[in-house]
Amino acid sequence: MPDSIFTVSPAPHIKSGLSSRKIMYLVALSLLPAGIAGVYIFGLSSLKVIALSILACIASEAVFLKLRNKDPMVALDGSAILTGLLLAYNLPPEIPFWIPVIGGVVSIIIGKQIFGGLGHNIFNPALVGRVFLQISWPVYMTTWKNPRWAVDAVSTATPLAREGAASFSYMDLFLGNHGGCMGEVCILALLLGAAVLLFTKIISFHIPASFIGAVMLFGWIFGGEGFFKGDFIFHLLTGGLVLGAFFMATDYVTRPLTKKGKVIFGIGCGLLTILIRLRGGYPEGVSYAILFMNAVVPMIDRYTKTRKYGFVQG
Amino acid sequence: MNFIHPPEFKDQTRHKRIERLGLPKKVILPLSQHTGVPSQTLVKSGDTVKTGQLIASAKGFISANLHASVSGKIVAIEKSIHPVLGSFEAIIIESDGHDNKVFQEPKRDINTLSNEEIVDIVKEAGIVGLGGAAFPTHVKLSPPAAKKIDTLIINGAECEPFLSCDHRVMLEKPKELIAGIDLVAKVLGVKEVIIGIEENKLDAIEALGSALFRVKGEGCPSTSLGTGRVKVVKLKTRYPQGGEKQLIKTLLGREVPSEGLPLDIGCVVCNVQTVFSIYEAVYFGKPLYERVVTVAGSFLTKPKNVMARIGTPAKDLLESCGFIENGNAYKVVMGGPMTGVAQYSLDAPVIKGTSGILVLDKTLKVEEENECIRCSRCIEACPAGLMPCMIGIGVKNNRFDIAKSYEPLDCIECGSCGYVCPSNIQLVQLIKLAKLK
Repeated sequence: MPDSIFTVSPAPHIKSGLSSRKIMYLVALSLLPAGIAGVYIFGLSSLKVIALSILACIASEAVFLKLRNKDPMVALDGSAILTGLLLAYNLPPEIPFWIPVIGGVVSIIIGKQIFGGLGHNIFNPALVGRVFLQISWPVYMTTWKNPRWAVDAVSTATPLAREGAASFSYMDLFLGNHGGCMGEVCILALLLGAAVLLFTKIISFHIPASFIGAVMLFGWIFGGEGFFKGDFIFHLLTGGLVLGAFFMATDYVTRPLTKKGKVIFGIGCGLLTILIRLRGGYPEGVSYAILFMNAVVPMIDRYTKTRKYGFVQG
Repeated sequence: MNFIHPPEFKDQTRHKRIERLGLPKKVILPLSQHTGVPSQTLVKSGDTVKTGQLIASAKGFISANLHASVSGKIVAIEKSIHPVLGSFEAIIIESDGHDNKVFQEPKRDINTLSNEEIVDIVKEAGIVGLGGAAFPTHVKLSPPAAKKIDTLIINGAECEPFLSCDHRVMLEKPKELIAGIDLVAKVLGVKEVIIGIEENKLDAIEALGSALFRVKGEGCPSTSLGTGRVKVVKLKTRYPQGGEKQLIKTLLGREVPSEGLPLDIGCVVCNVQTVFSIYEAVYFGKPLYERVVTVAGSFLTKPKNVMARIGTPAKDLLESCGFIENGNAYKVVMGGPMTGVAQYSLDAPVIKGTSGILVLDKTLKVEEENECIRCSRCIEACPAGLMPCMIGIGVKNNRFDIAKSYEPLDCIECGSCGYVCPSNIQLVQLIKLAKLK
């Protein structure tokens, strides 16, 4: 019997079988319903934005990996595709073709690779790209397209810009029958994908529940004339809250590690979102709220370590 | 407490009776098979020995005796292959094929043995914890006077996938186990005995339950059995339920303090096979020179549970289980798949702590390691409540100060973090490194 033909490696010798790559592609898959809804509502121009954004992300990742003397094929590990998808979902459905391209490049290079690539970035890459575009080309980034079947092709405000609010029913908002970013309007489709993520335990409920809970609570307290008169359902259904809470704030790399930390992070995101929505210069605050909370993740992690076995008597 | 649920893989051997094989031609007996100081050689090359003869003695308190596992001639005392340590000084005996035993059934009244005498017998017999850690059992049985032990826990969880050796011992030797438990309970003077068995072994729970019922009727020397303070508890099937600290927490709700021992919180945990060998030593004067080993995995036509002599090369056991060497065997592991050690050679011998020999195929291939994506699965899997990924990141960046701040010393090395890690990071390895620094 010939020896030393066996592989020697440290224990454990069996694995759960869930790989990072599988996780990435599962998240991408769970985003599919929202994308289909976006294309259905706003037409094929949205598909173009999605495609350009994903391609820009993969291409810039591959080029940068090559420059770092790493295998460029790693660009297909699913994370770049996910960033591209999320970026596109945060863009208006009809914009010049170079906007998603620049957004993708900025997301990957400034948002991710500069920090050392996957696992090392501080901020959610897709949101870095989105905010970069928002600051650089605010007009393009806030020119909203109405649903295909609407009388006016172009609307200038999302429901969150307050003057437009009155004309939308909760059902319209839930189904996405209004102007907005292509991936954030159809709450129904987003919840479908979110259910998949929760069911497969890719994400836990801690961040989405505390984030959305905080937005609704603070929206209710401070959102109206006087206290406790705010329309919290409106705050739930508008803007990028559902997309942000389930798909962006839950990004593994940029959220805290422990359950306690996740809840603190979620509440912080919610509080900041309401603060920006009600008092800030922008009508929408989800992106900035998440980015801001991304920055304090190391601090949250430091103060929310797990309780170790054997440190408290049972 | 966190647990994981790996697939069980136990069906291959759980229904197979323990088989006794032909004697090995040669046994390799490393001087270090236990936690503590290695044993001291009492024989020299060329000596003839009998089965059960003391060939190396305990050196100091935390150490263990070592006995010849076959009769024959000592052919060498040299550095030799060791299944856990890679290589270690070992006594190599060539079997004469006769298996002449040196010990005989003592003529003594078990009921009149004093506690000290029982501990002495256990020490003489070289018994160590057979669950895997191989901690000398006589040390466990002699807690300092200041520590009051109130509970004895018998560990029949056998939570490692593939393994069914403890399961078979519980099924086939329930009466003997109860007699052994009786001895240990008496020595420790405990008020309560709990036998913990995972619910995937309902037949073993039943077997021990009914053996207990019968023994109670016959009268017992130890107060705990006599007054009926013994119970069999069904445990959830989850990993690492059989970890000493996890078992205590599940059964008693107590936590062993960090860097402390179970006896600090008044309990002692014994594996079922350890109890069985205590029984054999006290009743028959038989030293520990054989144990039940599960041989399972791929490329085996006859996977089974074997009563193997300590020192038997893995090759012998695999061949007797119909191992087909076709170049596809990917890994050979001694121990369970979660904590066992991958072998580079099939000459590696069974030692006292060896619970299984597993052949794994390429479907369990080691995948390439990727960057940590901070998914926190390891944190949610860690039964010790640690943050394995943070220790890993600290070690990888040579920041042992950071790694240390996440308490790597409390890691029980169960492998749960490595099992769940989607980036295939060898977290246990990194934590072990952090422990050493």
